[in-house]
Amino acid sequence: MGKPAEYYQRDRRLHPPAHAPHYKTSVTRSPQKALISLENSISEITGPRFGHNDIGANDNDLLFNFATPGESPIGERIIMHGRVLDENARPVPNALVEIWQANAGGRYRHKKDTYLAPMDPNFGGCGRTITDENGYYFFRTVKPGAYPWRNWVNDWRPAHIHFSIFGTAWAQRLITQCYFEGDPLIPKCPIVQSIPDPEAIEQLTAALDLNATIPLDSIAYKFDVVLRGRRSTLFENRMEGN
Amino acid sequence: MAQKLDYLRETASQTAGPYVHIGLAPGAAGFEIFDNELGQDIAGPNAKGERIRVEGIVRDGTGSPVKDVLIEIWQANADGIYAHPESAGEVEEGFRGFGRVIPAFETGIWAFDTIKPGAVDGAPHLNLWVVARGINVGLNTRLYFSDEDNSADPVLNLIEWENRRATLIAQRGDDATYRFDITLQGDNETVFFDV
Ligand SMILES: [Fe+3]
Repeated sequence: MGKPAEYYQRDRRLHPPAHAPHYKTSVTRSPQKALISLENSISEITGPRFGHNDIGANDNDLLFNFATPGESPIGERIIMHGRVLDENARPVPNALVEIWQANAGGRYRHKKDTYLAPMDPNFGGCGRTITDENGYYFFRTVKPGAYPWRNWVNDWRPAHIHFSIFGTAWAQRLITQCYFEGDPLIPKCPIVQSIPDPEAIEQLTAALDLNATIPLDSIAYKFDVVLRGRRSTLFENRMEGN
Repeated sequence: MAQKLDYLRETASQTAGPYVHIGLAPGAAGFEIFDNELGQDIAGPNAKGERIRVEGIVRDGTGSPVKDVLIEIWQANADGIYAHPESAGEVEEGFRGFGRVIPAFETGIWAFDTIKPGAVDGAPHLNLWVVARGINVGLNTRLYFSDEDNSADPVLNLIEWENRRATLIAQRGDDATYRFDITLQGDNETVFFDV
């Protein structure tokens, strides 16, 4: 077998640096030595594969997956949807997308979260799904609330949903956060602003998508995720290549 | 000015934050929501090879344990085959080679059970990915085994500073248990890779 085709190198200039002094927790958790650059080997080109058998049919419905039957969580009902693509603009089917978020009041269902906003008995705050053949995914949930955190004395996180994505390769592994169009807290947040590239921040901001709303039921936001693209191998059929 | 290329740009990473466990390991964090929690059984019941346990702790630049870390594991089976279509060969029924582990919240100590992988493009190793609050882009590293011959491994030998290679070697103790501590920063900082 020949050498496997590599993924395009990650452009670290559009990612936050490990040491982002205004995000204080990063100060002691950031490696000081340069990362060692590795050519992709089979270990990085492969990665875990997931299928519909791994998850439950309603795992992508956060209005439903923790609520007492007949009840639903408090908050603005939203559809969060989009596609997982690669840098070659091709859809990534069978990607595992996992999300977690605070409830509408800004409180997580986690014993370490002591914010005074109330827990919602009908909201768990996590979900997962697998992209279809077009790379498409959707979740039904409530819009999370902003919440305060100890960084500077009075920092507030913009409303956000945490996203974890598995493409086809270990080299594509990504965790990020999705923000909401128009949120005035985005430019104030030291975690968001650790990203040096304004366009990269824009790319993390879900757009209000009125066409995808369900009238009289749920408003919609669109959030596409781009994973690293891959080179064509020398002998790959160019019809399918990039 | 020239023409624009048609590539998209990779989505930027953001920290997994302090509550990553409720998203990716809810059951392990004591929150029962999914019937099937991913990454809890790395090797499955039918895996060949030696059953091993790996335990360790992740420390920050002050030497304190990082208690809210989540580590993912990706490994080959005992024959050096990954459960992926591009790996040449078949794995045992039920072998995934994927794991997730979180520490005990009080101590920061974590442990996972698996089988020792076979050699893949060099010495046997596990691929680890470390995320936590304060880590802005997930950190890739590798775990090698102290009782294997690692001298010809191309990745270890790529590390110019020979004294740093030791940070990637898990030390075998009793009962097929290996110790692997990860240091995020400072003296003895673990080698992390840009893959
Ligand atoms: Fe959060």
